[in-house]
Amino acid sequence: MDANTKKLVTDPLFDSNPISIQILGICSALAVTTSMNTALLMCIALTVVTALSSAAISAIRAHVPSAIRIIVQMIIIASLVIITDQVLKAFAYDTSKKLSVFVGLIITNCIVMGRAEGFAMANPPKESFWDGVGNGLGYSVILMTLAAVREFFGAGSLFGLKIMPLVNDGGWYVPNGMMLLPPSAFFLIGIFIWVQRSFQPKAVEKADFTIHESGHGHGKAEAH
Amino acid sequence: MSMKKILALPNDSTVKTLVVATALCLLCSVIVSMAAVGLRPMQEANKLLDKRKNIIQIGGLAQPGKSIDELFEGIEARVVNLDTGEYADDMDAANYDQRKAQKDPALSDALVDDPASIKRREKFATVYLVKEGDSVKRVILPIRGYGLWSTLRGFVAIEGDANTIAGLGFYEHAETPGLGGEVDNPNWKSKWPGKLVFDADGALKISVIKGSVGATTPEAEHKVDGLAGATLTSRGVSNLLQFWLGEQGFGPYLNKLRT
Repeated sequence: MDANTKKLVTDPLFDSNPISIQILGICSALAVTTSMNTALLMCIALTVVTALSSAAISAIRAHVPSAIRIIVQMIIIASLVIITDQVLKAFAYDTSKKLSVFVGLIITNCIVMGRAEGFAMANPPKESFWDGVGNGLGYSVILMTLAAVREFFGAGSLFGLKIMPLVNDGGWYVPNGMMLLPPSAFFLIGIFIWVQRSFQPKAVEKADFTIHESGHGHGKAEAH
Repeated sequence: MSMKKILALPNDSTVKTLVVATALCLLCSVIVSMAAVGLRPMQEANKLLDKRKNIIQIGGLAQPGKSIDELFEGIEARVVNLDTGEYADDMDAANYDQRKAQKDPALSDALVDDPASIKRREKFATVYLVKEGDSVKRVILPIRGYGLWSTLRGFVAIEGDANTIAGLGFYEHAETPGLGGEVDNPNWKSKWPGKLVFDADGALKISVIKGSVGATTPEAEHKVDGLAGATLTSRGVSNLLQFWLGEQGFGPYLNKLRT
């Protein structure tokens, strides 16, 4: 792996992470992170789809009419997602049942579309493939972290293995039920974004506008 | 026009747009169809295995060291006419799709009295019999009803006396994890075996109560603890059992089974 490829794969893991920096793909991050098993399968599915769709779109990029380019990208992504869903139903039935519609919803995952439109349309297939892998892994880093926290505190287990015996089963741990509900993922992603930006001030976005105090007379608002 | 000429056209010309769109759609649909058709046998096998696993687990028939298919050999699937309680011998359980029938106007009736909130009830249901020689040792009946957020789908297993519950469980629901989702908790499920559906006079008594069943609870043999923090799911389970074990559900069938 040369330096450029390495950068393509490692950058999205932290420095330009699709979830915590670009704030993409949040919806599925809420839905499939109650257990690490389902999150892992979702991560693999998304990484495969992003990598392959980016490579495929990049391969035909010179011949894509710009008027229908989004539709072309969608067709390729949708086909790959359907195939992934079919494969999961055939080989990982139990977990795919838990993921239910969320595999299908990879079609609408902003990360896949974002990489297709933002990177693959302008770069060769090999680079696009590694960019897809990198962004898929970046998504995975956040998802697995969220899932680990949520499953540990919400169900007292990791990958389905009991770590803390629950009160309901005669143990001592009173599970935090909120961890298993979607809002907890929002809080955790928020904390993640905050912590990352504290250590990495470069990542803090410039404000789009300044907030003016009201009641300071007229005509003082600056034009931007 | 040759392929080369088309590819050389400006990308935004009408001809090239049409050619690219058509070719891509054709290619993608061929690949998707191949995947769907090629993997279908495995998916069907998974679905069947999953269903059988649920029936075995809820029916309390699991034995260590035996595969699902081995265990299922001792189970006979039959279709029951819910109105009469008779077996519908002209219907093959392997081909009858009860889930489809629930929405088919020809195979289901709209409900007026609908405690389980299922809107329509099918005329036929698939039941699973565990036999010992010629006598029925246990029956496993499909049940469903609305909880708080979702329709709970599951099975209730009843002993050959058509009264004692052998097990209850749901294979599909979307109740709140940690609250209503605790219908999957093995501890709660273990409270069901041994409970009696009917009292000595044949009245339908089984119910889920709020709080827990203690030594002083009257008619404790018909009652099961509610789930803490999940009043509506517990009520849903209670209602759906009342419906499916009552006259509109398997009542007539259980009557026939008892005699």
